[in-house]
Order: sequence, then C-alpha cells, then structure tokens
Amino acid sequence: MHPVRKQRLWLVLFLVVFSSSAIGLMAYALRGNINLFYPPVEVAAGLAPVGQNIRVGGMVVEGSVQRSDSSLEVRFEVTDYEAVVPVVYTGILPDLFDEGQGAVAAGKLDENGVLQASEVLAKHDENYMPPEVAEALEASKSRMAEQSGEQGYGQ
Amino acid sequence: MIPELGHFALILALCLSVLLCTIPLWGSWQRNVTAMALAPNLAIGVLVFTTLSFACLTWAFLQDDFSVEVVANNSNSLLPWYYKFSAVWGNHEGSLLLWALILALWTCAVAVFSPQLPLVMLSRVLAVMGFVGVGFLAFSLFTSNPFARLLPGIPADGQDLNPLLQDFGLIIHPPLLYMGYVGFSVAFAFAIAALLGGRLDAAWARWSRPWTNVAWAFLTLGIMLGSWWAYYELGWGGWWFWDPVENASFMPWLAGTALVHSLAATEKRGLFKSWTVLLAIFAFSLSLLGTFLVRSGVLTSVHAFATDPARGMFILVFLGIVTGGSLVLYALRAPAVASRVSFTWISRESLLLVNNVVFLVATLTVLFGTLFPLLMDALGQGKYSVGPPYFNAVFIPLMALLVPFMGVGPLSRWKRDSVRRWQAELLVPGLVTLACALTLPLLHTGDYNLWVALAVLFAGWLVVGLLRDLANRVRNSASLGAGLRRLTPSYWGMVIAHVGFAATIIGVVLTSQYTIEHDLKMSPGESDTLAGYEFRFIDVGAVQGPNFVADEARFVVYRDGREVVRLAPQKRRYLASGSVMTEASIDAGLFRDLFVAMGEPVGVDGAWAIRLHYKPFVRWMWAGALLMALGGFMTVADKRYRRQRTVAREGLREGGVRGAQA
Repeated sequence: MHPVRKQRLWLVLFLVVFSSSAIGLMAYALRGNINLFYPPVEVAAGLAPVGQNIRVGGMVVEGSVQRSDSSLEVRFEVTDYEAVVPVVYTGILPDLFDEGQGAVAAGKLDENGVLQASEVLAKHDENYMPPEVAEALEASKSRMAEQSGEQGYGQ
Repeated sequence: MIPELGHFALILALCLSVLLCTIPLWGSWQRNVTAMALAPNLAIGVLVFTTLSFACLTWAFLQDDFSVEVVANNSNSLLPWYYKFSAVWGNHEGSLLLWALILALWTCAVAVFSPQLPLVMLSRVLAVMGFVGVGFLAFSLFTSNPFARLLPGIPADGQDLNPLLQDFGLIIHPPLLYMGYVGFSVAFAFAIAALLGGRLDAAWARWSRPWTNVAWAFLTLGIMLGSWWAYYELGWGGWWFWDPVENASFMPWLAGTALVHSLAATEKRGLFKSWTVLLAIFAFSLSLLGTFLVRSGVLTSVHAFATDPARGMFILVFLGIVTGGSLVLYALRAPAVASRVSFTWISRESLLLVNNVVFLVATLTVLFGTLFPLLMDALGQGKYSVGPPYFNAVFIPLMALLVPFMGVGPLSRWKRDSVRRWQAELLVPGLVTLACALTLPLLHTGDYNLWVALAVLFAGWLVVGLLRDLANRVRNSASLGAGLRRLTPSYWGMVIAHVGFAATIIGVVLTSQYTIEHDLKMSPGESDTLAGYEFRFIDVGAVQGPNFVADEARFVVYRDGREVVRLAPQKRRYLASGSVMTEASIDAGLFRDLFVAMGEPVGVDGAWAIRLHYKPFVRWMWAGALLMALGGFMTVADKRYRRQRTVAREGLREGGVRGAQA
C-alpha cells in the first residue's frame, strides 16, 4: 500500500477506536449520573422511582420548614399546589432558600415517599425561577383551571 | 439626554459595522484598493462609537440616572462607585454592550497591529469581524436596548445590584472572559478570510497565532477568576461544579487549546491546515454557543440569572448563520487548502495530533453533557440533569491519557524522532519522578492516597520533560545564562504554560482528595478541630456596611496552642433588595486554605450552622491557571511576530496592493 494511504488508514483506525471508546465511556458515565425531574403531583401519584436519584421541585410550603435543635437536619415540603412532597435535608441551605419560594431538591425517594435530599439547589437571583419549577407550576395551574371549568359546566 | 446620545452612538456603530462587513469585502472581490483601504478606518469608527455608547451607559450608572431601566433594575444610590461601575456589565443589556465593545476593540487592534498583513487579507479579516459586530450590535439594539427609559414614573431609587455580583472578582471576571470569547473571533475571521482567498500557508498561521494565544490566555484568566469567585463568594467552598454556565466558558477553552497547538504545527510544518481552520470555526462557534447558553436561560444552572428566551432565539439564529455559513464555505474551499506534508508516527506532529484529538473529544463530551438535558427536553423525554459525576468520569481519564504524551512533547523532534531517543532522554528522570510520586503522599498524615501519587507522577512527568529539554537546549552554550537568554519568548511561553498545567493537576487532585469539610451546629464558645487546626467560635456581632447589615461570627484559629489567624465570616442582608448573602472568611496560604462560612441560626441558644473547610493546595490550581495565561501572553513577545514594523508596512502594503491589482 502507498505509505501515505497506509498512514491515513492507521489514523482513521485510531480515530475510530478512540472515539468509540470515548463514546462508550460517555454512555457508561451517563447511565449512572443523570437524574430526572418530577413535579410533586407525579411523585404523589407514585410515578417516581424509589431509591434512584431524582429531582423534585416546586414552591416551599409556607410554615413547613422545621429545623432540628441538635443537628443540621431540615424538613420541609414542596408543592405544585396539587400535591405535596416532604423533603429531608441535612446541611446548610442556600441563602435564597425560603418559604414560599421556588426550590429544587435532588436526592432519593424512600419507601415512605419522603425525598432524602443530598442537594438543595440555590438560585442566584430574586426574580429567577428554575425553568422546571416554572413549567410544573404552569401545568398544575392549567389542570386546576380545567377542573374548575368542568365543575362550573357541570353545575 | 446622555442616554439618548449613547443610543444614537450605538445606532451609528451598527451602521458603520454594516459598512465594514460589506464595502471591504466587495473591494477584495473587485480588487478595488480604495474600498479595501476603508476597512481599518471603519474599524476605528466602530470602536469610537461603541466606546461612546458604553461611556454613556457608564455615566448613567455613575450618576444614578434611574430613569434608565437597566440602571433602575441593577443599581442603587447606596452602592459604592466601583460597584456602580461594574454594574454596567452586571446585567444582560450592559454585558452585551461590553461584548460589542470588546469586539470593536479586537477589530481595531487587528486593524492597527497588522501592518505586515496584505491589504486583501486585512480587509477580509476586518469584514468578517464586522459581520460578527453587526450581529451583536443588532442584538443589543433590537432585543435588549440598554438605553430604554422608564418614563414616566422614574423610581426614587434603584433595586440594587445582585449582591453576589458586588465583589472585586466580578468587576474583572466578565471583561476578561469576554476578551477570551471575543478574541477567538479573530482566529475565526482569519480562518474565514483564508478560505475566501483560498490561500493558507505558514504566513497565515504566523499572523493568526499571536491573536489566538492572547485570546486563549484571556479566556484562561477569565475562567480562573470565575472559579476563584465561586470559591469565596458562593459560600460553600466549591471551585468547579460542571455547571452549564461554567461549561459554556470551558468548551471554547478546550477547543482553543487544541487550536493553539494545531496552529503551532501549521506554522512550523505547514501541517493540519484545513483541520486548524475547522478548529478556529469550532472554537468561535462554541463561544457563541456559550453566549447563547448563558444569555437565554434555557438551562437550569446554579448560576442562572433571570433571562428572556426571545433573546436566546436571536443568538441561536445568529449562531446558525455563522456556524452553518462557515461550514458551507469550509466544505467548498477546504480541499484547496489541504496540506501535502508527510510525517512519521514517532514525531512531534503525532504528539500534537494526540493533543488535538484528546482536547476535541473532551470538548465534545462536555458539549454532549451540557446539551443532553436540552436535547431530551426537546424530544419530550423528560427533564434530565447531568451531574458532576458524569463530567468527572469522562474528563479525568481523558486528561490522564493526555499527560504521558504531553511530557514527551517538548523534547520531541519534528518530522522524525525515535522511541529509543525518548527512552535515553527520559528513562532516568521518569524513574526519579516515579520514586517521588510513590513517597511524597507519605508526607500526608492519614491513609496513603493513590490518586495523589498519580497526580504527583503526572505533574512530575511534565516538569522533568521540560527540564530535560531545557538542559538539552542550554548544553551547547558558553554559559547557563547565555543559553537561557538565547531561548525565544515563545519557547518560554510554552514552558510556563506547561508548568502551569502541572500545577493545576496538583491543585485539583490534592484539593479534591485531602479537603476536610465540617458542616456543623456551633454555639459561641464551642470549638472544632480539622487537620490540627482548632477553630474556636468566639461570638457573633452586628456589623453595618455601606448598603447592608450583617451578623459577623468571630473565630480564632489555633494550631498547637498558638494563634494562627482570626476569621470573621458574615451573613449579610442587603437593604435595597432584602436578599441574604453569605460572606465566607478565608485564610489563604500556599499549601492550605482555612475557610469559614455561616449558614443560618439554628435552635434557640444563639447557635449557628457553620461550615468549616480545610483545603490543601487549592491555590495551586489558580496559580497554575495564572501561569498558563502568562505563558500564552509571553508567546506574543516573540520576535518573529513583530518584524521591523515600519519597513514591513512600506514593503508589504505595496506588495499587498500589487497583489490585489494583479
């Protein structure tokens, strides 16, 4: 074979082997390390898997935040105004976390339907709402509007 | 009146940009020298009016003109003047104006500092940059006008700058980052100009290389500052989160690193020509993509600020035009510029190829991880997020693959080299490094850490490769000093940048492995010990700042009974917005940082949630990045990039004109 062609062949082979191993690595890394967002209504309906990494987001229910006296454990509830999901988190909450504000918690759901959060997402801006939360609230609002509309029609 | 003047200047800048991207291009096509010679003047014109516009906006901020919407939303009369100044780019509209200003600066710099460039080439380069300028000035004017007024109903005071942005790091972080982002537009413009002309040679690489290195160095500094800011300002002591917004700046850096190295091969050996052009297009497209990701708010990010999706659409379309257009041009013209040079497998060319492949794959894996959630969402598959474990799992092996080759790189010869020579040069230093790597982790009290041993091995390997090469180069000189002086700035730049990379490896791995973090509940009078440092919580006091009130916790840190340092983290409440902010207190050191931050009050007895960190070698990471940037800047000082300017101007201008007329 012509030496230049041979070199090119080796180059192509190298690229193919290297990129497929990179893609394999990516797929492997991706499998264990992505997590899906669930609105509270789906968690309450049992659609969210137990024991897997997921994210749940909504508004923090007013008056639901309880801190432990002896440790850094915090309990609170998030809601999309249709359903409520209790969350337990141990650690320091982000500065902008507050009752009546949007929040996203990442962690695993236990058998009792409580989210054992390993991370509570901070937002950096007063006006900013995590897009998933905004969408989940929007969806629940339109569902509720539909329901009340139907009720009105029935009466 | 002043804001209207700024608005008007911005419109004029847009008009001049339109002229800049049309007339010289038409001139270079028609071989019209007058039209081409207009390009530098138009570039200066764009800079003058963009600067005027930027100055007007700055004036509005400094004078507290709350009738201007962005000022009312992002400033406050209580804000210290330097934060009023940085608030100009602490918001969407202003930061876009800064983008446009920096682009105008780069364009003008190319116009002024490229006397050796043939006029045809210069006019094409400036025209391409003018086109990018049109895109961003139009974006600024039509979707996010910084001079929009709030009339009637001028607010009495502004809503204040986001407290997180009230910080020294954030005064200089965005301008440096943008210098890097936008700087790649120069490499991009050179690549497009070469494709348009169908001429791509070593001279082309020599012109475009210094610009690329400087842009890359700025981007390195910008990313470093961002990481440093996140570390001390976000209050949880992390320095890299693989957050989409961080990735947005990291991807152009990775592609830019590949570009810097492939340009070296193109300049020295006339190799990888079409590949280099593709990388230049890729690096700038990623800069635009980064702007899109940050400015559109399509991604959930711990960094995300309130944004407007309509604006994202504009950048996305612009990105499509720029990337699509240049790739079409590439497909049409690349065969004409392909290189016909051969090299053997054991050579510096191959090692640079490895660098390029690794950095490109790294870019693509980061790109994939960043866009995966968007892709799944668009396909209706649910809202995923890709966490740091993914990025670590793919990125760390890639870098580990890179380092063995990188150590040999400086020693290797162009065209043909031999493994036996490499063995002769590096076997002994390699064994010494291995011995160091095996023993040094023993210095740390606690378990033997294999990752640390690996990091020391890698960093040591890079350093001994460089030292060996330095020794080879100096060996034949009369004296050590004479030998060292004879080395070129671009060689020193490479050495410094590679040493910086080694320092970064040490910093990243040792910090990740040896950090001790305690989050705990503490009352005044209590103490906690990390790595031999006793943190004693003394009391909490109230502090009054210029535009905030704060609770301040006072800590005294002891080691072996001796006082080391007093730390005073704060929990601030900003008066205008009412938002709460954590201000960490850090004792920085070459070998360790001590970090204290306050959480929230817990319980009834005056206790607080407190975060205590012991972070060894964390400074090495940023010091390494600084060295990399320094190396990038140094290469530009090389003599071959600035031949006698006056002579070159006479000779080559004429040559360019003659060439154009021919």
